[in-house]
Amino acid sequence: MNNWIDLLIILLILSNFVMLGSSRLAVCIRTLAIQGILLGILPLMIDRQDLVLHTTLVSIGALIIKGIVFPWLLFKVLRRIGIRREIEPFVGYVPSLFIGLAGLIVSLYIGSKLDFPAPESVADVIPLSLFSILAGLFLLTTRKKALSMVMGYLVLENGIYAFGSVVLNKVPVIVELGVLLDALVAVFIMGIATYHINREFDHIDVNRLDNLKG
Amino acid sequence: MMTYWSHQSISPVISAIFLAPLLFGVINWIKAFLSGRRGAPWLQPYFDLWKLMRKSAVYSRTTTWIFRAGPLVGLGAILTAAMIMPMGNIPALVSFPGDFVLFAYLLALGRFFTIIAALDTGSSFQGMGASREAYFSALSEPALLLALTAVARRTGSNSLSGMYEVLSSGSWALVSPAMVLVFIAIFIVFLTENARIPVDDPTTHLELTMIHEVMVLDHGGPDLAFINYGAALKMWILGQLLIGIVNPVHTGIMWLNQTISIVVSLSGPAIAVGLIEFSMARLRLKRVPQLLVAAGIFSVLALIMELR
Repeated sequence: MNNWIDLLIILLILSNFVMLGSSRLAVCIRTLAIQGILLGILPLMIDRQDLVLHTTLVSIGALIIKGIVFPWLLFKVLRRIGIRREIEPFVGYVPSLFIGLAGLIVSLYIGSKLDFPAPESVADVIPLSLFSILAGLFLLTTRKKALSMVMGYLVLENGIYAFGSVVLNKVPVIVELGVLLDALVAVFIMGIATYHINREFDHIDVNRLDNLKG
Repeated sequence: MMTYWSHQSISPVISAIFLAPLLFGVINWIKAFLSGRRGAPWLQPYFDLWKLMRKSAVYSRTTTWIFRAGPLVGLGAILTAAMIMPMGNIPALVSFPGDFVLFAYLLALGRFFTIIAALDTGSSFQGMGASREAYFSALSEPALLLALTAVARRTGSNSLSGMYEVLSSGSWALVSPAMVLVFIAIFIVFLTENARIPVDDPTTHLELTMIHEVMVLDHGGPDLAFINYGAALKMWILGQLLIGIVNPVHTGIMWLNQTISIVVSLSGPAIAVGLIEFSMARLRLKRVPQLLVAAGIFSVLALIMELR
């Protein structure tokens, strides 16, 4: 059933748009959790005919780390710093959505040009992963709160993971798991850093960190 | 230009013309029922229209012919749109390739005349309502057109009658993630075009928060009756647009088909709108564009999925 892969891809694309258009940080974290779970399922859907141990292992690892551990860590930071929403990003939410749409079209174009040795059924995962990478970069550059930037980084990472899931059979399992662990450590450190920034300056507005320069 | 005609094609138009106001009656009854009140009789919209038709219109001295033309053009545009709107697999009175574009722009024509009639009164409230209506419809129009393009691509037909004939072939074999997206997009457009709750509140009493209601404040008598009747017709035909996607009636017996279609097109949109208006408040005005852009994104995604 190709419909199921289509459905997953559509939901993943929509979750990126939710990340772009939502101002509430709690909504963003929940969306990220859903995205992580969907990404965990994605490789299992692609390789359903010849389900190998290696794919299953990486998928379950991704599902646990991206779908449960990251959101849990982010919610912990969110509770500690006590802010609810991103206020006044550099680009507003409706323009962000339009830019996201432009990014989607660009990634579809690049995806169609890219001559990539992938099976026919997963050809759509490549535009999806390019779009996730673009959306993650956009979130990283236009949001002001440190926590939103961490989430932008995670969307970017999810894009790279989706790209990897197409070629999962060819990448050694140790590399995949290593990347997942790297991301985990990164989120852990960023969470602690965000907490300390907040405790030191009473806000996590990255823009104002510029003032510290002597 | 291909035009085809069949004797049963008269039924979508006839039922739209006579049953559309009943839709409002059913919605109001459902809302009253859900909140534990008894509610007005189902035929109340007809009584209201009859009352308005017997009154005479009052025109302000600052208005010109544009103000008087507004309700007429609005109703005319909607009636024309009703001619090309099929009812499930019953073809419309008139159909030709590309009529879905005409459909979208007939709605736009009616809206345009409502807007300039509102501006013609010179009232600042009406100007405000007109500006909001123009802004929101600029966002909802691409969503509608792209969604219909995706349906056209899916069904391989570019007239509304052809599209819905394929869609209501008696099974949900054509259902795909893309069609679900199309349905959501058209549903948001349906709520926007009919000025229903997440976008606009039809029962609000404060001019500052109104969108559609504030634009027709100066109309009275038969003009208001035309506007209200046009609104009912618009809701009926946009409801057909939605129901045609999800209701694959195909019994083989024509009169049974028609009865089921009529019952579903009366109850479906009425229950959906009634439940939404009962359970949620309208969105803040700043959030409405986000909802409409989301509808646009759904349509674009559906089109992309169909174009592959």
